[in-house]
Amino acid sequence: MSLLDHKFGQGGIVVSQLEDVLNWARLSSLFPMSFGLACCAIEMMQTFTSGYDLDRFGVIPRPSPRQSDVMIVAGTVTFKMADRIRRLYEQMPEPRYVISMGSCSNCGGPYWEHGYHVVKGVDRIVPVDIYVPGCPPRPEALIGGFLKLQEKIRRETLVAPKAVERFLENHKSEKDV
Amino acid sequence: MIQKFEEVKKAIIEQFGGEVVCAEYTNLMQPQLHVEAANIKEVCLFLRDDSRFFFDQLSCLSAVDTGVEKSKIEVIYHLYSIPFDVIFVLKIETERGDGVIEFAEVPSIVDVWRAADWHEREAFDMFGIKFSGHPDLRRILLPADWEGFPLRKDYVEQEFYHGIKVAY
Repeated sequence: MSLLDHKFGQGGIVVSQLEDVLNWARLSSLFPMSFGLACCAIEMMQTFTSGYDLDRFGVIPRPSPRQSDVMIVAGTVTFKMADRIRRLYEQMPEPRYVISMGSCSNCGGPYWEHGYHVVKGVDRIVPVDIYVPGCPPRPEALIGGFLKLQEKIRRETLVAPKAVERFLENHKSEKDV
Repeated sequence: MIQKFEEVKKAIIEQFGGEVVCAEYTNLMQPQLHVEAANIKEVCLFLRDDSRFFFDQLSCLSAVDTGVEKSKIEVIYHLYSIPFDVIFVLKIETERGDGVIEFAEVPSIVDVWRAADWHEREAFDMFGIKFSGHPDLRRILLPADWEGFPLRKDYVEQEFYHGIKVAY
């Protein structure tokens, strides 16, 4: 899974790419912000306990957005809360990631039609990296979300931000037309 | 329960006269007494302080919008007497207003039971009922800059809130 799984040579030297080391460090210490909104937060707390033990992935909740790498939006996002969530996201240092946990924060969930007070998807406020489906998702599903996020971080690269390049290219071609 | 209801009703009529009572609904699980909206505060104060009933607790204050056609808003008071273990339900009715310029207006009973404070704020938040005499009548659940009153039958949600689209 990580570099430390491999046996080292006798010299005590590991040769690797800087990118891989950075990505490995990032994905092995994903600190989420202690922050819950509704019933999904109960499942999230359960995931942090010793029974499911998120700590084994290096996931330890932090009490401040300024110390966190990932925000788990666990629960129903109301319009009253939307401004606060945006501010918390802005307070997090980069690189930062967002996991949208549960139907409510994915798309509004059961409130999609008559919930005048619910934001129909937290991706209308902040960019989301991982969507975890469920109502609420079981702890295993949230762990699955973290593993997906780790996969995503593992593929990150410093030298060629491919997504940005692709976006700029698309944008350019749109402009030309 | 019905006997107690009749007893309380009789006492109210004795105290305030028959014209205070508009109607009664005794075939419900909790019988209701419909009284004049203008007298609600005096009736509540009387029921609280009278030694025969001693309704010392306001269990609930809720409101009902009857719709544009009937154009009325009802406010319902659930009173409870802890020493006598009696429940009594009062109801008042008032003009609905359009919720934009004209608002339904009823007297506040915060002076009678402090429990009414947040209940009345919630009724204001959801129905746009002005409780005259309330010390701090502002929204309690929705954000302060929200438009409209969601539990009114003719409520239409706003298109955007702080730049976020409201509809799905």
